[in-house]
Amino acid sequence: MRALSLLVAALWSLPALAAADVKPLVASDYLRPAQAPAPAGNAATPARVELGRDLFFDPRLSGSGWISCATCHNPALGWSDGLATGMGHGMKHLPRATPTIVNAAFNTLQMWDGRKKSLEDQALGPITTEAEMAQTLPALVAKLDAIPGYRRMFAQAYPGEPVSGDTIAKAIASYERTILSTESPFDRWMRGDAMAVSDAAKRGFDVFRGPGNCETCHSGFNFTDNGFHNIGVKDPDGKPDLGRYQERKVALMKGAFKTPTLRDVALTGPYMHNGCYKTLEEVVDHYERGGVVKDNLSPNMKPIHLTAAERSDLVEFLKSLTGEPMQVSIPQLPQ
Amino acid sequence: MRFAIAAGLLIVTTAGPACAAEIEVTQHGNQFSAKELTVKVGDSVSFRNDDPHFHNIFSLSDAQSFDLGSYPKGESRKVTFAKEGEVDVECAIHPNMKMTIKVAK
Repeated sequence: MRALSLLVAALWSLPALAAADVKPLVASDYLRPAQAPAPAGNAATPARVELGRDLFFDPRLSGSGWISCATCHNPALGWSDGLATGMGHGMKHLPRATPTIVNAAFNTLQMWDGRKKSLEDQALGPITTEAEMAQTLPALVAKLDAIPGYRRMFAQAYPGEPVSGDTIAKAIASYERTILSTESPFDRWMRGDAMAVSDAAKRGFDVFRGPGNCETCHSGFNFTDNGFHNIGVKDPDGKPDLGRYQERKVALMKGAFKTPTLRDVALTGPYMHNGCYKTLEEVVDHYERGGVVKDNLSPNMKPIHLTAAERSDLVEFLKSLTGEPMQVSIPQLPQ
Repeated sequence: MRFAIAAGLLIVTTAGPACAAEIEVTQHGNQFSAKELTVKVGDSVSFRNDDPHFHNIFSLSDAQSFDLGSYPKGESRKVTFAKEGEVDVECAIHPNMKMTIKVAK
C-alpha cells in the first residue's frame, strides 16, 4: 500500500515517458533502505561502530603515522578527496581516483575494479598497500595492541577476540556501514513532495531514464548496477588502465570500471576512475560524444543525442541527488 | 531423446547427438532464471537475454571456460558441455549474475 501511494505520488508530478524500454516508474525503488546489510559474524553494535570510527580517523594506522582512512575519504569532501587521483604514501599520486564511500555498504563489490568482495575484505587493503598507507599488518596490530584505550575498545566490541587484522577490518567496516546518503531533494520528490525539486530537475529525470540512457547502468536507489563498463574514458598518460580485466580475463572487461553511485554526486568530483572531469557538465558531454576512446566500448553505451536544454536539465537532476552532508563527530583518539 | 525438467527452465529441443538435451536459461532483471543446474556431458545450455541491455556470459572454471561475448535482448548463445565438472557462470558486465552448472556423466 505504501509502495502504491509512493508510485501515485510520484506519477502525479511526473510526465510519462514513451520510450519502449523505459520501465514504469516506481518511486519506492529509488528510496534507500534505512540500514545497510551487515554480514553474518559482524552485526553492527555501538561499540563496533565507535571503534571503527576511531580507527577510520586515526593516522597511526599508516606506516608514516600521518595518513588515516579519512585523509582520502574526507567527510568534508563527499568522503573523497577532491583530487583527480588519490595521493598516498610520500605524497605520491595514485593511478585512480578516490571513490566516495557514501553508500559503499550497498556495493556488492568494492574498488573500481571490484577486487574486494566486502567492506571487511577491503578495509585492510589500502592500509597495507605500500603506495597508500604503507603499513604492515604485524606492525599495525602491535601498535594498536600497545594502546590501552584501543585494547579496551576492542575487548568491548569483539569480546574474546584479539586485536587482529580481522577485528580491525570488521570494526572499520562497521563504521563505514553508517556512512549513508542523507535525504536529498530527489528523495523528497519521490516521497510525494512535488515542490522538492525544480522543473528542470524533473525534466532531467526523464532524460536520465530515457534518451540519456543513464539508467541502463546507474539504476536503483543507489544509482548503480554494481556492474562494470568501459565508457571510453581516456587515460591521460597514454597508458590504458585495464580495470576490471585484471580481475576477470574477459575481453569486454578491458578498460571497464565499476559503475559508481550518483548519490551526493555534486560533492564527489572530480569524476571517472581517473578524475579526468571536474564538472558534471563535462561528464554529460562525455556521454554525448559517446566516449573519447572508442576501443572496446561497453555495448550498453549507446550514442545519445541531447539538446543543450536536455543536457542542462540532466545536470540539474543529478544535483538533486545530493542531500545535506551527514554530520560527523571527529573523535578524540584512544591513548 | 531425453527431456530434462527443472524449475524455471524451458526445454527447447533435443537436437544434436543422441540423448543430448538443450536447456534454456534466461537472463532477466540482471538474474539468471536458475541459480543451479545439472546437465549431462554432451548437453547444451542456451543463454537467452531477456533484458533491455547487453549481457556477456562467461566462465573461467577449470572444468570448462568460455566467453559468449556480449549480445542484446532477444538473442541467445549456446554452450555445449564436453566433460564432467562444476562450471561457475557469470555475466562479466553484471557480476551479481551468477549460476553454477554441474556437468555429470
